[in-house]
Amino acid sequence: MKSLDQVRATYQEEYRHKTAKNRIVVGLGTCGIAAGGEKVMTAIKEQAAARGLDVAVDFTSCIGMCYREPVVEVAVAGAPSVIYGDIYPDKVEMLLESIENKTPVYEWAAMQIPNGAVPYEGIAIMDQSPYYQKQVRSVTSRLGRTNPESIVDYMATGGYEGIEKALKMDRMAVIDEVKKSGLRGRGGAGFPTGTKWNFVYGAHGDKKYAVCNADEGDPGAFMDRSVLEGDPHSVLEGMMIGGYAIGADEGYIYCRAEYPLAIKRLNLAIAQAEEHGLLGEDILGSGFNFTIKIKAGAGAFVCGEETALLNSIEGLRGMPRVRPPFPAIKGLFGKPTTLNNVETYANVPFIIRKGADWYAAMGTEKSKGSKVFCLTGKVNNTGLMEVPMGITLRDIIFSIGGGIQDGKAFKAVQSGGPSGGCIPAEHLDTPIDYESLGALGAIMGSGGLVVMDENTCMVDVAKFFLNFTQLESCGKCTPCREGTKRMLEILQKICDGKGEMADIDTLELLCRVIKGSSLCALGQTAPNPIATTLRYFRNEYEAHIKDHRCPAGVCSALLVYSVQADKCNGCGACRRACPAGAITGEKKAVHVIDTAVCIKCGACFQKCKFDAILRA
Amino acid sequence: MTAYKCESGDLTREEALAQLLDQYRDYQGGLIPVLQEAQNIYGYLPREVLQQIAGELRIPFSKVFGVCTFYAQFHLKPRGRNIVRVCLGTACHVRGGARIFEAAQESLGVGQGGTTEDLRFTLETVACIGACGLSPCMMVNDETHGRLVPKRVGGIFESYQ
Repeated sequence: MKSLDQVRATYQEEYRHKTAKNRIVVGLGTCGIAAGGEKVMTAIKEQAAARGLDVAVDFTSCIGMCYREPVVEVAVAGAPSVIYGDIYPDKVEMLLESIENKTPVYEWAAMQIPNGAVPYEGIAIMDQSPYYQKQVRSVTSRLGRTNPESIVDYMATGGYEGIEKALKMDRMAVIDEVKKSGLRGRGGAGFPTGTKWNFVYGAHGDKKYAVCNADEGDPGAFMDRSVLEGDPHSVLEGMMIGGYAIGADEGYIYCRAEYPLAIKRLNLAIAQAEEHGLLGEDILGSGFNFTIKIKAGAGAFVCGEETALLNSIEGLRGMPRVRPPFPAIKGLFGKPTTLNNVETYANVPFIIRKGADWYAAMGTEKSKGSKVFCLTGKVNNTGLMEVPMGITLRDIIFSIGGGIQDGKAFKAVQSGGPSGGCIPAEHLDTPIDYESLGALGAIMGSGGLVVMDENTCMVDVAKFFLNFTQLESCGKCTPCREGTKRMLEILQKICDGKGEMADIDTLELLCRVIKGSSLCALGQTAPNPIATTLRYFRNEYEAHIKDHRCPAGVCSALLVYSVQADKCNGCGACRRACPAGAITGEKKAVHVIDTAVCIKCGACFQKCKFDAILRA
Repeated sequence: MTAYKCESGDLTREEALAQLLDQYRDYQGGLIPVLQEAQNIYGYLPREVLQQIAGELRIPFSKVFGVCTFYAQFHLKPRGRNIVRVCLGTACHVRGGARIFEAAQESLGVGQGGTTEDLRFTLETVACIGACGLSPCMMVNDETHGRLVPKRVGGIFESYQ
């Protein structure tokens, strides 16, 4: 078998050379670009050239601190790298000066990476900074650190060592190693990956497929996007190892069309791997053939369900199939197929390279390793993080996430998207693993965590998710197609203040029936947001129904606006803003809202600078 | 006839479609990529094009139509030159995505799924574009705009012709 050692040594030298120089690295993941990263990069190039400054300009993907984008790293040769947040073009000049002066701009620095040099005082070291202290970086280790469009960077940092090692192993030994690591499906269901591969290995077929599910559709989740944009080669390598283990010679990546940058970087990575003889025929002279094709999704949430995804690749409507037969026996084009999530595949090269024991040392007894989460919503530090399994929700939200925005009170965290549930404050100390989240009525899901504060109405949240599942239901089975619609109607009725107490019983009955009788996971989990909000926030449902009151002040039909006389100075801003003419009052005198005329649009509430409008 | 730019030079739409169909004639599961490409050529999927695809790929027209109507990405009516997709996913919902959508509707003068008369914009909503860290956000064509406030929305549209 051919070895990659020589190529790798050359690339390591090239990488070492590149990182030893003065350089500026801009974060260009989707989030960095959206925050204006490309403009910053252009400004850096122009101004560095104008100054005649010897500095290399490179880019990377998202390091995870979405709340500080655009993120820029400045590395002066022989000194620690400093990572800056919120860098806009007007700040570039100072950054360039900091290279000339060899002194960082302390007030903008988010953290530093010493790289063996003496750290600067007064800037947090990355591993000890509040955001990263409790994190581990394995799947995300290259994110924000290497150039995702460069195979040089990938191979210089251990890339493709996994496939090289795997190809020298017996196929069954590869599966055993993955089994021993305890890796479970990171797409949500948590099925043991090694066991799944073993089924496909044992299935009879003249052809087998390895498919990667990159149809990340859960609102509030962007782990897969970040991994695909930041480390596309690791997903390819994971698929190659999987393909080798099960005996497949063809792989498909089914990626959302909403992720154009991920698709672009995957295509680039595939072309580079082909050039290096890592994809194609007789890979590294081992006799193993493997090719990877990308299929862009066409906008259907249900295609994240494995059998619907297979139908979509085959060019059909993305509707789930009846199981059994399972895809391991009869999958893509009727052949045995393994389907794994992006993050699952990305874990595999690390497991093969560093060994199952290394991986299994992280996490809890039944949930091994690390998990990437996306923390969003009403939390201070929104972003991507990788944590060991077993960490508590409190650690994630308050230590890493920096607590709730504007000092508000925490109300709930929604885990697992439309299939998951809302977890209240009393369960914040639950260690995160597949089993304990399931026991709370939520699911691990793909890893989206949306934080909600006291101003979030839980009935409205349940309605939001039901609206989503109802729209995305494919219509094949009745419980999901009709049931989600009925549940949504009832929730709408409650939010409109027309609910009855009997509606809660009907909702509970529907939850049970839909969960028990739907064809696929979309329907089976669709009731979760309702079931968990009923379980933990029943009082909010009752307030809507009995008192015609929305405690969080969200459901517009239930709100009553009034003017607080002691705070109103009669400026008239609310009167002019009111589209219904419901507000009257003389200049410099207390104004009054006629509730019979008020259409509850909230324009006055937003306009008033003196907090004189009361919404209850 | 509007020219369709592709790597081999300027082709008419019909030529581009013929080339596309040739490429996918013996390709397993090629219907969806063909529809995606055809939509890139025409901007939407006219009935005649669907009929031609059905005929050449030897798939019943009813099946082609069924696939088109199943996926949110396919459009049977002409669309604007610029596609605005306002995100109403969970994170954006919690951070006021609905108000961004209202501002977009007001600025463009069309509702959900609507196209402006000059075919400059089509306004859509999307359930999540995965830029939750920057919510509320929207996409115009392939560009993501984050941390929006209603006031900024109109200004963003001005840069798209």
